[in-house]
Amino acid sequence: MIFHPLGKYILLLKAVFRRPEKWNIYRKEILHEMVSIGVGSLGIIAIISLFLGAVTTVQTAFQLVSDFIPKSVIGMIVRDSAILELSPTISAIVLAGKVGSSVASQIGTMRVTEQIDALEIMGINSPGYLILPKIIGAVTMIPLLVIISIGLTITGGYIAGTASGAVTGQDFISGITSDFIPFTFTVSMVKAVMFAFIITSVSAYQGFYTNGGALEVGRSSTKAVVISCIAILFTDYVIAQLLL
Amino acid sequence: MIEIRNIHKTFGENHVLKGISAEFKEGMCNLIIGGSGSGKTTLLKCMVGLHEPEEGSVIYDGRDFTRMNFQSRIEIRTEIGMLFQGSALFDSMNVEDNIMFPINMFTDQNQKEKLERANFCLERVNLAGKNKLFPAELSGGMKKRVGIARAIAMNPKYLFVDEPNSGLDPKTAIVIDDLIQELTEEYKTTTVVVTHDMNSVMGIGENIIFLHEGKKWWEGSNKEISQTDNIELNEFVFASKFMQALQKK
Repeated sequence: MIFHPLGKYILLLKAVFRRPEKWNIYRKEILHEMVSIGVGSLGIIAIISLFLGAVTTVQTAFQLVSDFIPKSVIGMIVRDSAILELSPTISAIVLAGKVGSSVASQIGTMRVTEQIDALEIMGINSPGYLILPKIIGAVTMIPLLVIISIGLTITGGYIAGTASGAVTGQDFISGITSDFIPFTFTVSMVKAVMFAFIITSVSAYQGFYTNGGALEVGRSSTKAVVISCIAILFTDYVIAQLLL
Repeated sequence: MIEIRNIHKTFGENHVLKGISAEFKEGMCNLIIGGSGSGKTTLLKCMVGLHEPEEGSVIYDGRDFTRMNFQSRIEIRTEIGMLFQGSALFDSMNVEDNIMFPINMFTDQNQKEKLERANFCLERVNLAGKNKLFPAELSGGMKKRVGIARAIAMNPKYLFVDEPNSGLDPKTAIVIDDLIQELTEEYKTTTVVVTHDMNSVMGIGENIIFLHEGKKWWEGSNKEISQTDNIELNEFVFASKFMQALQKK
């Protein structure tokens, strides 16, 4: 049951990475997608990151009841949680909803209104033209969004911690600057790149093979988000298991 | 000339095309007609490569399209122009960009030359000056005309048209039919039109193929169609009250 769609997905990816007809047209599309995915998602990523940091700080402080544990640990936990899990994974799940549904519905609508057929009649490799710029746009912009998210999550944690009195600013900064393992950042970037690829390719696959009308476009969009989220969480586990 | 030989196409259990062979002549409007579900659009899609037939060949001036790989097909596809039933204009592009899209992809013309070609195509379909409008701002008839302008942008040798008059009022439908015929004569294209509109059949049907239950049932011209004794064709042609009244006269 899973092998048929998996085979179709692999064949689609093979077509996506076929040599482009004209690079300068693809370049324009890539820049357009970078703006759409990167700049277009900045607002939502900023908001969720600030709150994630704030919540993590408040809840960590609530659980640290022992006087033997220094308060600076809160900063350390917020930093490592943000780098390893909150920023790449939660951002990816939010982006699966925002970017994934948009990619699936955009390509799905093009399929049901025969726009993809029109591309193919012209002799254009439609998977390459429609999907490759989205994958490149996401793979370059989502890691940048994750870096911004890490910064904002820690900032949110700092603001919430100092505002509520759960931790002093000095303790929090001491926590985030001590015992930092740079490899965690590498793991975070590996996750971001993988998740970006999953969000765009899975959603594009769902859109590309939409069959029917408006109702099916909606269904493809929902399926794209659900499958992307599951694939993100599974990949998250695999990367954690392999790299940490 | 386009030649199709023994085309078979099946969807699951449904055998849609049952061995269709025909010739579509150059510089002529070739019509594929038939009732709903007779296999007209499936045949058209097999001819342009959107569906792969299980059996048979599609031959463009001696070149067997069905035996070619993706790369080899590109050469023939750049010689094809197609107008879709719903026009299939790219929503994210304005009229000018829609027309310039195939030129951008397959030629090395500079911006001035591309713009000149786009303007020429727009003038040809009587839409001069509408360059910056988006598909959402166009009426059904205008969309069809932009679709035709895009189809002729690359000077096609083969023009395919799927249900050109669907959703159009009779007057606009005649404008579209006339435009298709004029372009066919002007560019000497091999034009294949799929339709079930009797006005088109009588107006531009120089060579007509009637499909019934996935088979070629009849072939002839618009001059011969009303005088045939083919029962299924007569049922199709004289289905409307208007045509029945004409027949009585």
